[in-house]
Amino acid sequence: MLKSLHIDPAKCTGCLQCEMACSYEHHGVFNPSKSRIKVFNFEAEGKKVPYTCTQCAEAWCMNACPVDAIRLDAATGAKVVHEDICVGCKVCTIACPFGTINYEQDSGKVQKCDLCDDNPACAAACPTSAITYIDADWTGLDKMRQWAAKANTATPAT
Amino acid sequence: MGWARKILRVNLTQGTCTPEPLNMQWADEYLGSRGLASKYLISEIDPKVDPLSPDNKMIMSTGPLTGTMASTGGRYTIVTKGPLTGAIACSNSGGFFGAEMKFAGWDMIIFEGKSPKPVYLYVENDRAELRDASGLWGKSCWETEETIKKQHQDPQIRVSSIGRAGENQVLYACVVNDLHRAAGRSGVGAVMGSKNLKAVALRGTKGVGGIKDFKGFMAATTAAKKVLADNAVTGEGLPKYGTQVLMNVINEMGSLPTRNHKDVQFEDAAKISAEAMHEKRASDGKSQLVTNAACFGCTIACGRISEIDKGHFTVVNKPEYWGASGGLEYEAAWALGAANGVGDIEALQYANLLCNEQGMDPISFGATVGAVMELYEMGVLTNEQIGVDAPFGSAEALARFTEMTALGEGFGVEIGQGSKRLCEKYGHPELSMTVKGQEFPAYDARGIQGMGLTYATSNRGACHLRSYTVASEVLGIPVKTDPLVTEGKPELVKAFQDATAIFDSAGICVFTSFAWTLADVQPQLQAACDGDWSMEKLNLVGERIWNMERQFNTAAGFTRKDDDLPPRLKTEPAQTGPAKGLVSGIDKMIPEYYQIRGWTPDGVVTEETAGRLGL
Repeated sequence: MLKSLHIDPAKCTGCLQCEMACSYEHHGVFNPSKSRIKVFNFEAEGKKVPYTCTQCAEAWCMNACPVDAIRLDAATGAKVVHEDICVGCKVCTIACPFGTINYEQDSGKVQKCDLCDDNPACAAACPTSAITYIDADWTGLDKMRQWAAKANTATPAT
Repeated sequence: MGWARKILRVNLTQGTCTPEPLNMQWADEYLGSRGLASKYLISEIDPKVDPLSPDNKMIMSTGPLTGTMASTGGRYTIVTKGPLTGAIACSNSGGFFGAEMKFAGWDMIIFEGKSPKPVYLYVENDRAELRDASGLWGKSCWETEETIKKQHQDPQIRVSSIGRAGENQVLYACVVNDLHRAAGRSGVGAVMGSKNLKAVALRGTKGVGGIKDFKGFMAATTAAKKVLADNAVTGEGLPKYGTQVLMNVINEMGSLPTRNHKDVQFEDAAKISAEAMHEKRASDGKSQLVTNAACFGCTIACGRISEIDKGHFTVVNKPEYWGASGGLEYEAAWALGAANGVGDIEALQYANLLCNEQGMDPISFGATVGAVMELYEMGVLTNEQIGVDAPFGSAEALARFTEMTALGEGFGVEIGQGSKRLCEKYGHPELSMTVKGQEFPAYDARGIQGMGLTYATSNRGACHLRSYTVASEVLGIPVKTDPLVTEGKPELVKAFQDATAIFDSAGICVFTSFAWTLADVQPQLQAACDGDWSMEKLNLVGERIWNMERQFNTAAGFTRKDDDLPPRLKTEPAQTGPAKGLVSGIDKMIPEYYQIRGWTPDGVVTEETAGRLGL
C-alpha cells in the first residue's frame, strides 16, 4: 500500500520545523534554504501553506530528464533524483508545473522530495499534524469524516 | 558546537564590515545571545557613555540553539546601553531574523560609531556591506522590509528595521523584524536611529551544522518538545488563546494595573481579553482573531494574527490596516487598554498596529499615555496643550496619541520621552509608574508581591521577563507560592532571574519555561555545544550573567535608591480584589534579596561574590 504526504494548511503555524527536518535528513544541517518542502506565509490573509512534490503518477520531471536521472522508487511511489546520474541541466525544473523540483547550487544537481525512504522527516517533525504521511488512496478521509459528522442522523418523526 | 564561531563588526563611522572569530572562552563563560553580547558590550564601552552618542555600541546576537530544531530556537537579542533607562538594555525577539543570522554564518553583529548618512546593512552569507538607505529614511518598518525585498528581488531576505519612532529617537522605540516581532523594550530602536542605521537585511544559505552530538541533540529536542506539547499552558492555553489567556485571570487576581495603577481591576477586562478576540463581532460577523502563528522553530505558536474591524472609526478610510497582522498580545492589550481605562478592543488593535508599523514599544507607550490621562484629569494638562480631550477611557485620545507619537507630531514628541521625563516636566514625578525610568508591564506589584521585587531589581528597568514569578505565584509553576506575601520571594526572584538568563542566552524563548525547567534545557545544550554544560555550570553561568549586568549598572551610576517602586504602590493600598488593603512590601524584600545575592547592603556586588562567579 502506497502512502502520500498530505498537507492541511489550516493546521500550519509556520514554525519551519519541517524545513529543518528535511535539510537535516538530506544534508546533515539545519538549513531551510536546502529544504525540499517550503512553507509559504501569506501575511495579509494570515495563511501559512506548506508545499512540496506530490509525486505525480505521470511525472513530468521524470519524462523530461534527458539522462534518466529521475526514477520511480516502486516501494514508495517516490520519483527519486539519482545524483550520480543528474547532470544539473535543470530541464526538469522547467517541466514541473508546480515548481517542486529545484536546482541546488552547492551540489550542481537538482533536488526534490523523495519521501525519505518511506519515513518523511517533515511529517515526523510537524508539531500540529499539518503534514501527515497517510494511505495514498484515502487522503480525503479526514475531510469526509468531518462532513460525515455534520450529517443529520435524527430519524424524522413518523 | 552550536555557535557559528564568527562575529561581524560593523563600524558605521568608517563604513567597514570586518569578520572576527568569536571569543570561545567568553562563549564558554557566558553561553550566547544575552549573556555573551552583554560581555562584549561591557568590555567595549564606557558605562557612563551617552546611550544616543556614537560611542555607544549596539549588538545583535544569537545563541547556540538559535537556528536549530530545538523548539523556539529562533531568538535573537539586541544589547546596548538603553536611552530610556541609562542601564544595560537587552531586548529579545522571535520571528525569523535570528535564525537567518545564524544561517548566514554569524553569531553576532556589533555596530559601533555613527554613519554620516542613513544606511542599511546587507548580509548574504560571508558577504556584508553597508548600503545607502536615504530612500528608506522616513519609511515605516513594514515599507522598509517590503522595499528591501523588492530592491534585491529576493522575497526570502529577513529584515530588522526601525520605523519613524526609531528615527525620531522615541526613547522606547523598538527594532521590528518580520513585520510584527520586536526587540521591544528599553529603546534599542532609538540607539539604532542615533547611528543612522535604518535596517539590517540578511540572507543565509549556509545553515547550522557542527552540532556536537547530532543524534543526542535530536533525541533531547524531541523529548523537550513533548514536554511542551503535554503541558496545559504551552500545549493548550498559549496556542489557543495566546498570552492574552492572562487578561481575565490577572484581573480576577486583582493585579491588573488600571488607569495608571490607580486601580488593580478593570471593569472592561473581559472586553479586551483572549475570549473577546475569539468572539464574533456584531459589526461584520467575524472574530478579531484570524489564526495563531509560530516564530521560527516554535512548537507552541502563541502568536496572534488578527483582522481589525474595517468599519471601526480608527481605520474606516485606511485600507492599509485592513489585512491580517500581528496582535493583540497580553502586554500590548493591557498597556493600551487597562492602563488607560480603554475597553475598545478594536482601538487597541489599531494602536498596536501602529506600534508595529513604526517600531514603538506598546508597553512603555501605553503606560505613558496612562500618566498623561491622569495629568489631564487632574487639570495639569489641558486640551490646548495636548491637542485632544484625554480622560481615562477615551479610545479617540489613545488613537490620536499613537499617531502623534509614532510620527513625532505635536504633544506626541513629549509622550515619546516616556512617563518619567514627562511626569517630571509637569511637576508630578510620583505619577510615573516606572523603575529606572522604564514603565511597568501588566502585573500589579500589590497583588503579586514577587513581581514588585522583580521590577525593582530588573537590570533593564521594570520588566516582567527578567524573573517571571507570575508562573509560581499565579500558575503554580514549578511550585505554587502565595502572591500576597513577601516571605520567600527574594529566593524565588533570584532563582527565576538566574534561570531566565540561561533561557535568554541559549537562543530559546522564555515562554518554554511554563513547561521546561533548566533540566529540560540542559540536555539540549549539552548535545549542541562543545564543553561541559552541566546543571551546576548553567546555574553558575546564569548567576554570573545577572551579576555582570548589575556591575555595569552600578558603574553607570545606579544605586540602592534606584531599586525601588513609585510611592503609589507603597502607600496607596489596592482598593478591590484579593489584594484589597495591600501595598507592595518592597522595602522588606530588598535587604533580604541583597543578602541572598551576596551584595552589600547598598546593593553592590561584593568582591567575594564577584570572585566566586569569576567576574
